[in-house]
Amino acid sequence: MAILAGKKVIAVGDRDGVPGPAIAECAKSAGAEVVFATTECFV
Amino acid sequence: MPVLKGVGQCLIHAPNLLYHNGTTQTVERLKNPDSEYLKKLPEHLRKYDDAVAYAPNQAYIGNISLEELKTIPRPWYPNSINGASRFGKYGEIMPEDEFYGLLKIADAFDLVILEESFQEEVKEKLAKHKLINEQLLARLTNAKPLGEIEKLVASHTAEGLYLGEKLVGCVRQAHEIDENLSAHIMLENLVVKASGILAVLHLLANTGINPAEVDYIIECSEEACGDMNQRGGGNFAKAIGEIAGLVNANGSDVRGFCAGPAHALLQAASLVKSGTFKNVVVVGGGAVAKLGMNGKDHVNKGMPVLEDMLGAFAVLVSENDGLNPIIRLDVIGKHNIGSGASPQQVMKALVAEPLAKLGRKITEIDYYSVEMQNPELTEPAGAGNVPEANYKMIGALAVMAGEIGRADIPTFVQKHGLPGFAPTQGHIPSGVPALGFFRDALLEGKISSAMVIGKGSLFLARMTNLFDGLSLLIEKNPGKTEETTGLTKEAIREMVAEYLREMAKGLLS
Repeated sequence: MAILAGKKVIAVGDRDGVPGPAIAECAKSAGAEVVFATTECFV
Repeated sequence: MPVLKGVGQCLIHAPNLLYHNGTTQTVERLKNPDSEYLKKLPEHLRKYDDAVAYAPNQAYIGNISLEELKTIPRPWYPNSINGASRFGKYGEIMPEDEFYGLLKIADAFDLVILEESFQEEVKEKLAKHKLINEQLLARLTNAKPLGEIEKLVASHTAEGLYLGEKLVGCVRQAHEIDENLSAHIMLENLVVKASGILAVLHLLANTGINPAEVDYIIECSEEACGDMNQRGGGNFAKAIGEIAGLVNANGSDVRGFCAGPAHALLQAASLVKSGTFKNVVVVGGGAVAKLGMNGKDHVNKGMPVLEDMLGAFAVLVSENDGLNPIIRLDVIGKHNIGSGASPQQVMKALVAEPLAKLGRKITEIDYYSVEMQNPELTEPAGAGNVPEANYKMIGALAVMAGEIGRADIPTFVQKHGLPGFAPTQGHIPSGVPALGFFRDALLEGKISSAMVIGKGSLFLARMTNLFDGLSLLIEKNPGKTEETTGLTKEAIREMVAEYLREMAKGLLS
């Protein structure tokens, strides 16, 4: 997870998969700065 | 108990609307007008006969059951169905030229203009359609010469209606400045209206109900009709009902992204259960914007662009007839504001919690209808097999409840799941397209219960990050039981005693 430490992250979630805010929380806990998070619908 | 009295399920083959008006294509035209995708796209558009013979489309209109579709090996698109036909027991697959005629029939403000000879051709074809009567045909008026239509399209005050290279008509803007009444929006909204009308006409024919007996209409697509002062003011429902001849019906529009139909079904069933109305129609028209949504990936993979179908559906919810499947209202699965947005939390709220309240197991429900998108459309774009992912999550909840072992999930998916077969038209695949199949299977006694699950991506409107979902249980009708008054012997004794006391008081005075 150290690979995300100090990095800027854009989190794009999928409505039928993992939501964007959930990815953002994980990235934050790994030390990343989340600059944008969203969930998109691909269907 | 309210019952599911019948369905109307229609598709419209719309390769030219896809090419000119689908958002993937319109955005590409703006950003990259010389793109390879736009150059290659016409070669990847399907012919009408291929769209009719496509197995999932035949399943949508009821010519093959969803159990039968399960047994047809994929890929489906290279393997046409023998004996496929335009009409099925739920509805039809309409060709684009006739649909342009229906757009004109749906038009109340002379916004649709068809070219003179084209209108005559299409009138002849629609005259042979079993559901288009003289009154509807008489709405095919005010055709114009091609030159006038060309001028309107060239001046960017109208969207062209094409058949290949040929311009055959247009949809004009309804206001010079108001974006909500632009030609683009009017085309999208008239398509919702026209396709909704087609689904309702089939519903009326399938159920045999007198159109004058429909009390209320709920429209549940994802478009908004209105002007700059009331964007989304409505009312598609009454606009559709007016053309379909539902003269005694009122109506309104319900919105909830893809979950709209599930919300509409809940409201229709509740209106019938309360005794407010006897017959409520739920209808959803098709989405032009989503045509060819994953087209780039289909073209890149050398496939036909399969998202060339507009979808529409209508269902009739009526008071209990002792025969048709019942829609249960005592327990509803609902995704609450505080439910959470992970797939596990969503499915828990929609499936596990309502069934637990009823004391039923997840494995006791014969079938689930989830997001029924055809995987052949979504897999090439990397979105995977959406229904299968939903079924696996329901199976995982059954594992957590101790109903099945972890290794049993594939068997659960096979037994309780159905193949994705609906076009990626947002609200169209969301739970409701299996209603025709469910109704048949329940009436034939093949199953005893099925769950319809609608899910919606509320975050797309940028108002909230919340997800949405609603589920309803449809069951075999146990038969009509005599209504009881609820009066006990005790209560009757008290009423008689009260009456005698009153009479005695009267005599004494």
